This record gives sequence, C-alpha cells and structure tokens, in this order.
Amino acid sequence: MIASSAPNLTTTTIPKEYDGHTSIFLPTMATVVDVQPETKTEKIFTLRLPDGENLNHNPGQFVMLSIPGVGEAPFGVMTSPSRTGETFKLCIRNAGDLTSLIHQLKPGDQVGIRGPFGRGFPHDTFVGKDILVAPGGLALAAPALSLIDEILDHRTDYGRLIILYGARNPSELLLKDRLAEWEKRDDVELQVTVDHPDDEWTGNVGVITTLFEHIQINPYKTIAVTIGPPIMYRFVTMELLGKGLTPDQIWMSFERRMKCGVGKCGHCQVNHRYACQEGPSWTYAEALAFEEAL
Amino acid sequence: MSLYILSKEQLGEFVEKLQAKFRVVGPVRTEYGYAFDDITKPEQLELNYSTTILPPKKYFLPQREVLFEFESETDDKGLRSYEVRPIFQEVEPTVIFGVHTCDMHGITLYDRVFAEGYRDEHYVERRENTYIIGMECLTPCDDASFCKDMGTLSAPQVYDLHMTPMNDHYMVDTGTERGEKLLLDHVYVEMARKEDIQQLGQVLSSKWPRFKMRLKVTRDQTPSLLTLGYKAKLWEELGEKCLACGSCTNVCPTCFCFDVQDEMDINMTDGERSRVWDSCQLREFALVAGGHNFRDTKASRVRHRVMRKGKYIKQVHGITGCVGCGRCERACLVNITIPGTINNLHDEMHPEPEKA
Ligand SMILES: Cc1cc2nc3c(=O)[nH]c(=O)nc-3n(C[C@H](O)[C@H](O)[C@H](O)COP(=O)(O)OP(=O)(O)OC[C@H]3O[C@@H](n4cnc5c(N)ncnc54)[C@H](O)[C@@H]3O)c2cc1C
Ligand code: SF4
Ligand code: SF4
Repeated sequence: MIASSAPNLTTTTIPKEYDGHTSIFLPTMATVVDVQPETKTEKIFTLRLPDGENLNHNPGQFVMLSIPGVGEAPFGVMTSPSRTGETFKLCIRNAGDLTSLIHQLKPGDQVGIRGPFGRGFPHDTFVGKDILVAPGGLALAAPALSLIDEILDHRTDYGRLIILYGARNPSELLLKDRLAEWEKRDDVELQVTVDHPDDEWTGNVGVITTLFEHIQINPYKTIAVTIGPPIMYRFVTMELLGKGLTPDQIWMSFERRMKCGVGKCGHCQVNHRYACQEGPSWTYAEALAFEEAL
Repeated sequence: MSLYILSKEQLGEFVEKLQAKFRVVGPVRTEYGYAFDDITKPEQLELNYSTTILPPKKYFLPQREVLFEFESETDDKGLRSYEVRPIFQEVEPTVIFGVHTCDMHGITLYDRVFAEGYRDEHYVERRENTYIIGMECLTPCDDASFCKDMGTLSAPQVYDLHMTPMNDHYMVDTGTERGEKLLLDHVYVEMARKEDIQQLGQVLSSKWPRFKMRLKVTRDQTPSLLTLGYKAKLWEELGEKCLACGSCTNVCPTCFCFDVQDEMDINMTDGERSRVWDSCQLREFALVAGGHNFRDTKASRVRHRVMRKGKYIKQVHGITGCVGCGRCERACLVNITIPGTINNLHDEMHPEPEKA
C-alpha cells in the first residue's frame, strides 16, 4: 500500500525474509574462520557467510558487524572483490566496548553481518590511469587493500601503482608481509614513513605528506585515493593539488558514526547527505561542495 | 470515493463499533495538555483539541521498538552461535482519530523516509495496520503554530478518512477504499448533497484568513536563505542559549533519527536489539572512534536541526522537513523557535529590508 517511487534497494544480506516478514535490520550470522593478531591493537578476522555466499562488494564498501547483545558498528572490507570467494576479511582496531569483545572472538564463533553498504571507489572508471593510494594508519588494511588488490589482480588494466603509507610508529605498521611483497615488485612503487621511529627503523621519518617529495606524477592521468583521519585530508589534498591534480581526481573515504547502514538513522549525515549511502567514498570535489565534510 | 455526512450524534456509536474490532486512539485531555492515547469511552475523544504534546508518530515509530531478538548457544569449546528472529509485534489494527493536517504532512514524510530506499517493513507494517482519520483545523491551535507558512493547512493524501466539523455534522471525505469501508461498515452516513458540499466550501475558504503568517520568507525561499546563512553569527547565539536537551526533536512530527541498542537478558544468553528515538542535539550524536566529533558545538547542532527542517530533508525526500506545528517552540525552555530563527537569519543576511 505504501508505495515507494524508486525500486527498493537490496544488498547481499538484506532484506532478509523470516516467517513472512522481511527485515533490513536482521543480521546474517557469519562464522569466524580465522583470527590473526596484526599489531598490539589490530586483529584481522576472516569471516564466512552461510553456505560460503560471496559478499559481492566493491572496494571501499563496508559492512555492519555485530555481536548480538553488545552492538553493531561499521567496518571497511579488507578483501578485494577479486580475492573474495567464500570468505572475506576485516581488520579491526580495539577502540571501545564492541571492538574489545570482537577481539576476544575465536575461530568458530558467530558474528552478525549486514551489508555491504555504501558507495565504494568506482575502480572501473580508474582503468588506464595511474593510481596513487595514500592511506594513513589502519586505512591501509581497510579499505585501501581492497582497492590495491583489485588493481594488482588486473594489473595490466592500470598504469602505475604508487602506494604511500604512513603510520605513527614502526610497531603500528600493518600488513608487513604485503609491504615486503610490494617492495620487491617492480610494478608497484611503495614508500613508507613513520612519525616516530624506533632504534631499528631505517626508513623515512615524518608525516605522510613528506613522502610526496619523493614522487613525480603525471597530473593528466593520475587518480589519487587517500584514506585516513580528518586532519590528514587537509594536508594530503594540499600536496595533491600542488602536484597538479584537480579535486575530482582525488578520492577519499569519510568516517562517520553509523547506526543503521541503510540511510535512515541520521547519524552519518554530512549536511544533507548520508555517508552510508552516497558515501563513504567521495571525491574531494564533492566534499568541497558540503561544509561538514572536511 | 466520496463525501459523506456523519451526524455528530452518531460519532459515539461509530467509535464504539470500531472499538469492537480495532484499537482506537485519539486526542484526550491529560494534566499536561492533550495527548494521543487509547480511547476506552467515546466521550474521552476530544476532537476539538488544540494540539498534542507528541505527534502521532509514536504509533508508527515507537519510542523504543524491538527489531529482533536472539538466543545464543555456547558449545563445549566455548564457541558462540546465535539464532536471530525479527520481531514484528502483531500490530493490532489501529484507528487514529483526529489527526491534524500538519501531522498528516509529517506522516507523508515518514512514508518516504521509511518506505523508500531500503524498505523498512517494521515501519511499513505498523503504518499499514493503522487507519488515519484526519481532522480539518478551522482555527489555529495557538500562537506557536505556523502551518500556513509551511503549506500544511490542508490535508495531504495520507488519510483513510478526513473529517471537517460542521454545525451539527461532520463532513467526511474518504481517502482510501479501506477508509470508505471502515466508515460504511460501522456507522450510518448519508451521501453529501450538492448543498452540503457548497457549505463545506464556504467553511473551508473562510478558515484561511483566521491563520496568520509568521515567517518573513516563503517556504520555498527558506532553503536559499539557509544556504546563504550557513556561517551566520546567529548560530553562535543560539548555541549559547540551547541546553542540548533534545526536547525539540522528541516532539517533532518530522524527526525520525534513531539509535540502535542491544540488551542482554540476565541469563546472558538471550537478548534483543531495539531502536530508540535519538536526537541530533545531543553531543554524542556524531562522535566517532578516536574522539572526533563532527558536530562538537551546540551551535553546529542547532544549525543542523534547522538546516534539516528548512533545507536538507527537502533535498533528500522532496518535501519540507518542518510542518509548522509549533511543538518545538512549545517544548523549548529557552524559546528557540523555527520562525524566530528563520526571521532572525533573514534580518542578519538582509540587514536593510526593502521598504514597500
Ligand atoms: C565507513 C566506516 C568504516 C570503518 N572501518 C573500520 C575498519 O576497517 N576497522 C576498524 O577498526 N574500524 C573501522 N571503523 C570504525 C569503527 O566503526 C569504530 O571503531 C567502532 O564503531 C567502535 O566501536 P566500539 O563499540 O568498540 O567503540 P565504543 O565503545 O562505542 O566507542 C569508541 C568510539 O567509537 C565511536 N563509535 C561508536 N559507535 C560508532 C559507530 N557506529 N560508527 C562510528 N564510530 C562509532 C564512539 O563515538 C567512540 O568515540 C569504520 C567506521 C566507518 C564509519
Ligand atoms: S521543527 Fe518544530 S514546528 Fe517544525 S515540524 Fe518539527 S516540531 Fe513542528
Ligand atoms: S528544545 Fe530548545 S534547548 Fe532543548 S535542544 Fe531543542 S533548541 Fe536546544
């Protein structure tokens, strides 16, 4: 009876039918199949949907993960679509009530999943371009890795792949095996920096923007994707503009509080836009058009 | 579907007949003012009410609504699995009497918010199990309302039945087939004759001058005024006054933001997840991990509420996010009002109003 003017939205896990009703809030129970400690504060969780169903996401999208009785929160997907079969990975920082309990999960435990949600990075429009990915901290694992692996698995579709990664200190560096792998590849240009070195650190020291001195890019054919805390965006965009990129060549991902993931609860609004629907990926050009973005 | 005459004497009988099959709610008098509540005797119904403290939104989006319940099981290795079941509380078919036109506009907006995009059946099921009987307002409820400015002085097409009080009868319009059936099955009515409809026309057209305009700009000029005034000094002033209590959003027929909360039974195996009304005026609303708050100041939160009401909701859902009911004005302890805010913003942005 209550008609909606546009077709109803759906995603891999919702709406979910149960006993003649459909719910957009009912999570699908996924199984934890592996847990790997990554740093002191981050762990990587491998999850499997019932029957090994493919999550069917785009790089840059997120899922709502819940422990029933505790709560639900958004997490970027770490695995690229190209590497998502029956499982996918999330990298989760212990940041509070829910995430500290997520950190206690063991293989065999169940968690709730809704999603994937949001607009990811439109990587199909990046084909043929040089790609510069600049994540700060946790963002390397999610969601940057989902894009990096998607590019690596279709390597010849793209031009250069430049990865500029910054972390606070060497012990917080994520994905050390992957960094070593990219270091060796001659079709990946990797630069890593830390704000605070320790005694063994021999690499770059300084915030992520210091890495931009080391690279030359062709502004006509480069797409930059930068993901990190709000403060980082201010400085990274300055560097990128300085290298001749226009705001619509710069993609970012915006973290906002999210309670529903489906564009209703109001928490993630950036001016009139819902980050969980039209975001979390936005170009800098789009971000400049709304006051609350940066 | 057509216009019918329901004599005022028959109203009680209509209510009683409905009560046999439906939960009947409507405006009743309470010690704090009028409120929508369950009707046990037809005499409780105060169709001549001014305005209610809360709008009827609570029947579609309860203040707390369980979304699903779960049971968990821990196996001998300590691993947890869950069974989750959505809760669609058997919504008792409900009839709401006396919904004013502004509140019907609020329901029109809710229908878009919850039925469009990801369709929220928790809302839709309640809504579809509820009959709306509207009530035409012939006089303003009080000085706080500004429905005439917001274009909500006449009813949108969400009602099943809509009543206009006449001398000794109600003129009843049937908005839906089920509404017509509700009427014809439960009370004796007569088809309105040509004279009745003429009389209705007079009643409706004579109501217009009784309502005052309060805004210095039209509803359609409001979004551009708000765009222009995004950085106005006014927001700082309002931010200093505002208590961040959230009363304004609680009572608003167009506020729908919610929080999601989990609860565990004391047995620590079962529990439920609910949504509860939330308010963008509260500090935690836009706080994220790492302690960053995207609306840290009260000024930015007051501005966000007014922006939503006057501009954002229209941008997203195509209809204005304020229906001019005046409830936030009545509820606010420091007298922050929508007309006052819009008018002050207008004065700040246009310091020399052109003289006619
Ligand atoms: C699109 C998106 C992608 C994200 N991806 C990742 C990721 O890949 N890995 C990761 O570790 N974290 C990610 N986060 C952040 C993650 O959602 C928060 O760390 C998590 O919600 C904290 O929950 P908590 O219950 O442990 O913390 P709490 O005890 O609730 O509070 C800790 C802090 O988290 C904030 N917070 C609480 N709930 C939310 C919420 N629903 N959304 C945002 N912040 C909240 C609180 O305001 C508080 O400042 C992402 C957030 C978004 C919006
Ligand atoms: S903003 Fe105030 S006047 Fe407007 S609809 Fe909400 S409560 Fe009513
Ligand atoms: S009711 Fe008034 S004081 Fe309370 S949050 Fe709203 S504007 Fe602020």
